[in-house]
Amino acid sequence: MKIIVSVKQVPDTSGKVAVNPDGTLDRASMQAIINPDDLNAVEAALKLKDETGCKVIVVTMGPPPAAGMLRELMARGADEGILVSAREFGGSDTYATSQILAAAISRIGVEKDDIVMCGRQAIDGDTAQVGPQIAEKLHLPQVTYAAEIQKTGDTITVKRMLEDGYMTIKVKTPCLLTCIKELNAPRYMSVGGIFEAYSKPLQTFDYETLKDDALIDPTTIGLKGSPTNILTSFTPPQKGAGLMLNEGDDKANCEKLAGILAKKHII
Amino acid sequence: MSFNNTDIAAFKDVWVFCEQRQGKLMPTDFELISEGRKLADELGVDLCGLLLGENVEGLAKELGGYGADKIYVCDHPLLKNYTTDGYTAAICQVIEELKPEVMLFGASNIGRDLGPRCAARLHTGLCADCTHLDVDMPIYKDFLREASTLAPEKIDGMNSAMVLGEKHDVSRDLKMTRPAFGGHLMASIICPRFRPAMATVRPGVMKKNVFDQAKADACQIVKPAFTLTEDDIQTEVVEIVKAAKKLVDLIGADFIVSVGRGISKDVEGGIKLAEELAAELGGVVGGSRATIDSGWLSADHQVGQTGKTVHPKVYVALGISGAIQHKAGMQDSECIIAVNKNDTAPIFEIADYGICGDLFKVTPLLTEAVRAAKAAK
Amino acid sequence: MDFHLSNEQLMLRKMYREFAENEVKPLAEEIDEEERFPMETVEKMAKLGMMGIYFPKEYGGAGGDVLAYAMCVEELAKVCGTTAVIVSAHTSLCCAPIFEHGTEEQKMKYLPDLCSGKKIGAFGLTEPGAGTDASGQQTTAVLEGDHYVLNGSKCFITNGNVADTFVVFAMTDKKAGNHGISAFIVERDFPGFTQGKHEKKMGIRGSSTCDLIFEDCIVPKENLLGKEGKGFKIAMQTLDGGRIGIASQALGLGEGAIDEAIKYTKERVQFGKRLSQFQNTQFQLADMHCRMQAAQYLVYAAACKKQLHEDYSMDAAMAKLFAAEAASDVTRRAVQLFGGYGYTREYPVERMMRDAKITEIYEGTSEVQRMVISSHLGVK
Repeated sequence: MKIIVSVKQVPDTSGKVAVNPDGTLDRASMQAIINPDDLNAVEAALKLKDETGCKVIVVTMGPPPAAGMLRELMARGADEGILVSAREFGGSDTYATSQILAAAISRIGVEKDDIVMCGRQAIDGDTAQVGPQIAEKLHLPQVTYAAEIQKTGDTITVKRMLEDGYMTIKVKTPCLLTCIKELNAPRYMSVGGIFEAYSKPLQTFDYETLKDDALIDPTTIGLKGSPTNILTSFTPPQKGAGLMLNEGDDKANCEKLAGILAKKHII
Repeated sequence: MSFNNTDIAAFKDVWVFCEQRQGKLMPTDFELISEGRKLADELGVDLCGLLLGENVEGLAKELGGYGADKIYVCDHPLLKNYTTDGYTAAICQVIEELKPEVMLFGASNIGRDLGPRCAARLHTGLCADCTHLDVDMPIYKDFLREASTLAPEKIDGMNSAMVLGEKHDVSRDLKMTRPAFGGHLMASIICPRFRPAMATVRPGVMKKNVFDQAKADACQIVKPAFTLTEDDIQTEVVEIVKAAKKLVDLIGADFIVSVGRGISKDVEGGIKLAEELAAELGGVVGGSRATIDSGWLSADHQVGQTGKTVHPKVYVALGISGAIQHKAGMQDSECIIAVNKNDTAPIFEIADYGICGDLFKVTPLLTEAVRAAKAAK
Repeated sequence: MDFHLSNEQLMLRKMYREFAENEVKPLAEEIDEEERFPMETVEKMAKLGMMGIYFPKEYGGAGGDVLAYAMCVEELAKVCGTTAVIVSAHTSLCCAPIFEHGTEEQKMKYLPDLCSGKKIGAFGLTEPGAGTDASGQQTTAVLEGDHYVLNGSKCFITNGNVADTFVVFAMTDKKAGNHGISAFIVERDFPGFTQGKHEKKMGIRGSSTCDLIFEDCIVPKENLLGKEGKGFKIAMQTLDGGRIGIASQALGLGEGAIDEAIKYTKERVQFGKRLSQFQNTQFQLADMHCRMQAAQYLVYAAACKKQLHEDYSMDAAMAKLFAAEAASDVTRRAVQLFGGYGYTREYPVERMMRDAKITEIYEGTSEVQRMVISSHLGVK
């Protein structure tokens, strides 16, 4: 049994974000982090590894520096890393990305008792599309928004969250699950794990490695294989600053504000 | 009949996936039907709903009242509860047969499970979690003039896009606009080469039309052919549980009082003060991501990029610094009031009214002042 | 010379920092205020291998190196001086002497539990009459058949009230002076061994500090650490290593105060300008940073020398002397930059200033470090 976790390195959008004059994101100024939901997926895999002793393989598509992220995941306990990286893969939208990742995962091989895991969505795009699309390309059943995962034999029972409650879903391996933050609290790297991380196997899958897969075709990967195009990107205008009520004491300011709201018939 | 999804001219009509849970339509369905009506008019085509379930035909007419010309009903025992496999199989068969040019899903936890799976099977583009949709170019340009910082000449000249190295006229493409990078950027996406162009649409964003009984009566119900067997479905729904606690209805609220990290020194006290102010205003309590991540409030209270997008009449931000993700979810509120200790907090940049002070002192005074002002009216 | 950290070291720093920010910083104010030992933090650190960083895996350690340990104490001290000294005293003063001087049986018996953090370690050398002058030991150990009988008391013992395993020094031969001191591994529940009450301190207030009392305490003969009469040497060697830990603690405290001061001076406005726009602030912070950066080089150099089994005694003394005095200076200056707010407990810099002071005192005062350094220079 093994678990393949698909992860992504993303710019940290929680801090200050710089935008270039042409409206694109100034990625160089932002810290690259592991996508938060993906950490939950890795943790879910490591928990199953703790229980069953299965192997955990982390796979990412990205530029070569993304290998550093894979090492960090090995320091958390993952056994192997796969970096999917090639110029031909650049410019892929979610459809093309799923196509490439599905090819990489089928090269690793999905066997009867294996599980593929993803984070719910990445904070750079917030699309939540790559997980289900990998599942479709690999003909695997999927369960998204997993908040609890239990494995008994070849049956996985998932608490799948809905906005107004949840569904309990049973699915047999092999399958694909996407994980949300309520699922678990990701572990830290450990000191021992860090000292082992660089001696664990890390492979790079480039275009040559994957080109014979039926999913890999110039018309289905990269910019050319992406069904969607960006027409334009832009920054929303900043709303102008309003009125600061700072002349009186707190009480006077509150009364002034309530007066304005009443006068404007807002309250 | 073979399905050629690049034969753009063969596709017409705007479709909306109408999600139902336990035989009840979702509020988003009405928003999407209303928005879909607008798009269908811009394209000069019909607006059709696609309703899946078991014994759900009775729900169809109501959708007509918000603007649908036709509802395709896929009724099947295996479609009673949502499963990715069953719904994907049925929808893809019907799309391949009837060829809509636009397909919209609500960006609910179900729509965002189903949409990408269908798009992958049909080999077409899907734009996630859209907040604005356009076809008509003059209307789209007006939207850009108001909602973007793009130079006017750039907007004026925007009539085509480079697609595979060739100039492509975008006037009949669906322009799907959505926030990216946590709301720092907006992007308009097109799907020029494949049909249907698919989008999931953020709940609570699109305006609902007024219900029209005459239109509901005129709405046509069609039952398209599809096949589905138990073998097609690889997951088993064991149970569906509704949240016991009544969830906060942030999207429908006129007044929202939200708390942020500023309540950390007395979480319970801070929430209580917010509740008192919300009660006085007749509204509900929300929270920033920090308050949800710290477990102070449950996830249904979250406002922001990863939470809910709200536009109440009044949004009061107590001890919320105003991180861009938060602003993305509330900046379209009609009136924003911010209370923060730090006079340089970014929230003040978008607030209509700001009070720099300790929320634990200011909030009860504000509640009292609102009460007095209402009494004096 | 290579001043670059390796990939592993950069990753360690990141991990320590994440842990410190998320798990340690939120408790720092509370444990200081309540003088509470943060046992929950020790349990979390134990899971991550932070209680036995540089010991080999066969003894339950994480298989890291001394620099990895110094960086751990540094990153913890940036947000909480108390948590840093818990790790430092446990590792340098208890695990290290057992690892370096213990028999294979002693190592197998004690190190796995200590390194995995199941048990906490402490070190008993200081006595009311034997502080800087460690040779004035009054505690005695008398061999009676298969065990020693210890009598006497120790004071200011870090981790004293929470530790399970203690390395304790006592006179086995009063006439022999320094050569009459021996080291013992003492377990908490050995008969005749009790701990005194918690000392109230100026800083590192969450750290447990107490007396150890030995009243006819029975210590099995096989718990003698090293040879009889070699205790003073063991103590001095242990303190050399400990100084790297305390120097790292001082380093982190100074760096943490600078982080806070930079954040604050960029926000606080006076005379219509942010404090950070005043040249005094800029120059102060430049000087503060230079001092801590110099301290970091000294500390890391000492740690690397220890790792390579070179003579690092003077390096450790220099690192501790410089880092401790720099930390006291830098934290005091940070409070000054904060003005009135810095003096209140609303901001952490006053705590850092209180915490920093002890680094000039324990595990050899600054004066002792100067004695060590000058004697290495042959200045007599």
